[in-house]
Amino acid sequence: MTGTYKQKRMSIQKFTTLTSTAVPLPIENIDTDQIIPARFLKATTREGFGENLFRDWRFGKNGEPRADFILNDPLYKGSILVAGRNFGSGSSREHAAWALLDYGFRVVVSSFFADIFRNNALNNGLLPVQVSGSYLNRIFRAIEKDPGVQLRVDLEKQEISLLPTGEEEQFDINPYKKGCLLNGYDDIDYLLSIRDKIGEFEAQRN
Amino acid sequence: MVEEIEGGPSVLFIDRHLIHEVTSPQAFAEIDRRGLRVFRPGNTVATADHNVPTVDQHLPIRDELSRFQVNKLTENCERHGITLYGLNHPYQGIVHVIGPELGLTRPGMTIVCGDSHTSTHGAFGSVAFGIGTSEVAMVLASQCIMQPKPKKMRISVEGTLSGGVTAKDVILYIISKITASGGTGHFIEYAGSAIRSLSMEGRMTVCNMSIESGARGGLIAPDETTFNYVKGREFSPGGEDFRRAVEQWSLLKTDPDAVFDQEIRFDASDIELMITYGTNPGMGAKIGDSIPTLEEIEEAERATFSRSLSYMGFEPGTPIAGRRVDYVFVGSCTNGRIEDLRTVAGIVRGRKKADHVTAWIVPGSRQVEKQAYEEGITDVLLEAGFRLRQPGCSACLAMNDDKIPEGKLAVSTSNRNFEGRQGPGARTMLASPLTAAAAAVAGKVVDPRRL
Repeated sequence: MTGTYKQKRMSIQKFTTLTSTAVPLPIENIDTDQIIPARFLKATTREGFGENLFRDWRFGKNGEPRADFILNDPLYKGSILVAGRNFGSGSSREHAAWALLDYGFRVVVSSFFADIFRNNALNNGLLPVQVSGSYLNRIFRAIEKDPGVQLRVDLEKQEISLLPTGEEEQFDINPYKKGCLLNGYDDIDYLLSIRDKIGEFEAQRN
Repeated sequence: MVEEIEGGPSVLFIDRHLIHEVTSPQAFAEIDRRGLRVFRPGNTVATADHNVPTVDQHLPIRDELSRFQVNKLTENCERHGITLYGLNHPYQGIVHVIGPELGLTRPGMTIVCGDSHTSTHGAFGSVAFGIGTSEVAMVLASQCIMQPKPKKMRISVEGTLSGGVTAKDVILYIISKITASGGTGHFIEYAGSAIRSLSMEGRMTVCNMSIESGARGGLIAPDETTFNYVKGREFSPGGEDFRRAVEQWSLLKTDPDAVFDQEIRFDASDIELMITYGTNPGMGAKIGDSIPTLEEIEEAERATFSRSLSYMGFEPGTPIAGRRVDYVFVGSCTNGRIEDLRTVAGIVRGRKKADHVTAWIVPGSRQVEKQAYEEGITDVLLEAGFRLRQPGCSACLAMNDDKIPEGKLAVSTSNRNFEGRQGPGARTMLASPLTAAAAAVAGKVVDPRRL
C-alpha cells in the first residue's frame, strides 16, 4: 500500500468520490508528533514519509512491527483513516499530511480536526471529513463488526455513507477549497494570477 | 488584506515571514520547480534552529541529514537573496526568540512561519500564526496566503497573580480549563490586568502556547511595556520614525463594544503553580494537587485519560508532587529567554542539582547566551551542575541528539508533553522555569516555594 500516492506537481490530485474500506484508530488527540515524529523530518523532499507514518505506535524499538497496532493488522486496510476527535493537533508539520498520503490514505474521518492540519491536508488533496461524534461511533462499531465494511465519500454532495446500511451524513467544507479539490487546483496558481493586485496593495499602503 | 474571495478565504498580505531549515526546503523546491523568484525576499528572514546540534556548533554538523538540511537552507537563502542568521552568526537562535529580540517583530504586523509556535509574536499585538509548507511556498511566491476568517475568543485574567505564579503557570492554567482543543478555530485575545502586568517575555510565553489550546494564534494589545521592549532593537525604527510608529501602534486596541464569539474570564487569584501530568498540554493541575481519579473524568474521556497515564507510568488519584525526576530541560521558544535563565539562576544559586538529575539549559539564542554570560548566570548554572548547551530547539522536539531516554521523566519548560515528543518513550511534565529549577535541585517534583 505504501507509495500509492505519487505527486507529480504541487497542483493537487483531484478528489471526487472514493469508496473504500477503512482503518479505525479510535484514539483522541492524535497529534502530528504521533503521525510523524520529529526525528523523521530531516528530508528535503515530500516523498517517502509513509514509511514512518505512526512510527512509534507502528514499530518497536528495533524496527519490528508491533502486532497490536492496527496498521500492522492485515484485516484492516483501505484509503480511509477513521480517527478519534481532535486529529492532527500540535505541530504545523505538513509532513503529517504527506505521510498519510504517501502511505495511501486519501481521506481522514474524525469528529474534530486541528486547524493547521486541516489546511495542510486540503492543500495536498487529502480530504478531512468531519462528522458528528455519534456518526463516528457508528463507523467504529460497523468496522468492529466487519472489517470489510465499505465507506463512500462524495465530495460534490459533501456526503459520507456506510455502504451496507446506507447510513449517511453530510459534512462541511469551505466552498473555495471544495472547488480546488474537485478540480485539482492549488492556491499558488491563484496567488500568482493576482500578483499585480498584491503589488498595488503594497504601493497603496506605503 | 488584499482581497476576499466570495464564500472562501481572504488573501492576506504577510509583513514578516520567518523560515527555518525543517519546513522550508520543500517550499523552495516548489517555487524553483515553477521557475519563480521569491516575490519579496526582504520580507523573509531565516535561521537554523530545529535540528541543529547544541554542542560544538563551530564544527560541521555530524548528523548527515541535519547537515544536508541546514546546508540546503543556506543555499536557498543565498540563491534567493534572503537574510540568514545561520549557525555561528551572533543573531542565530530559535526563530520565535530572535524575531522579537532583533525588533523584526512589531505591533500590527502580519507574521507567519512554518511553525505552530509563531503565535508567540502575538504578544506584540501582531497577527501571527503557524503555517504549513505549502503556505510557505505561497508566501515565497506571492508574499500572501489564503486564510479563512477565524472566530474570536477573549480570555481575560483579572487581578493580581500570587507569588511564584509565572506566565507559564497562567497559560498552563488556561489550557487546563479550556482543554487542548478548546481554542480550535479561534484567535485568542488575552486581556485583563494580570496579563497587562506581565513583562514582554511573559506575554510571549502566554501567546506561544495558544496553539496548545488549538487556537491558531493569540495576541495582546500593545502598550507601554511593548513599546519599551521594541525601542532601540536592531531592526526597530529609530528616532522620529519610532515616535510615529508608536502613535500608530497605540491605536491597535479592541473596541470597547467589540463582540467575541467566546468570552472567558479567570480570576488571577485562582491561578496556582501548574504542572502537567498527561500527554497533552490540557492535562495540567496545581502542583499540590493529585492526578484526577477515573471517577472524576467524564466517561467518554476515560479511555484517553487512562492511555495517557499509562504512557506516563502514573496512577490516577496519586499526588503529583514527590515524583522522582530524571531530567530537567530549560529552553525552547516558550521559556528559553533571559528572564527564564535569570529565574533558574535565582533558585539554584548556591545550591547543587540532585545527583541523579541531568539538567540541560539551552538558551533560546546566541544573544541570550551572551547576555547570560555577561550577567554571570552561566557561572551560577555551571556551579550548580547544569549542562549549558548552545542555542536551538533541542530537547523540545528532540530532532537532534538532545533526547530524553525511554521511560525517563523530565520536567520541561517547553510546550508539548506528547508521547515521544522529547524522544521515543520519554515522559514529559511541562512547568515553569521556576518549577523546573526546583525539580533539578530537589530531584523530584516539588513546589519551589517549599524549597
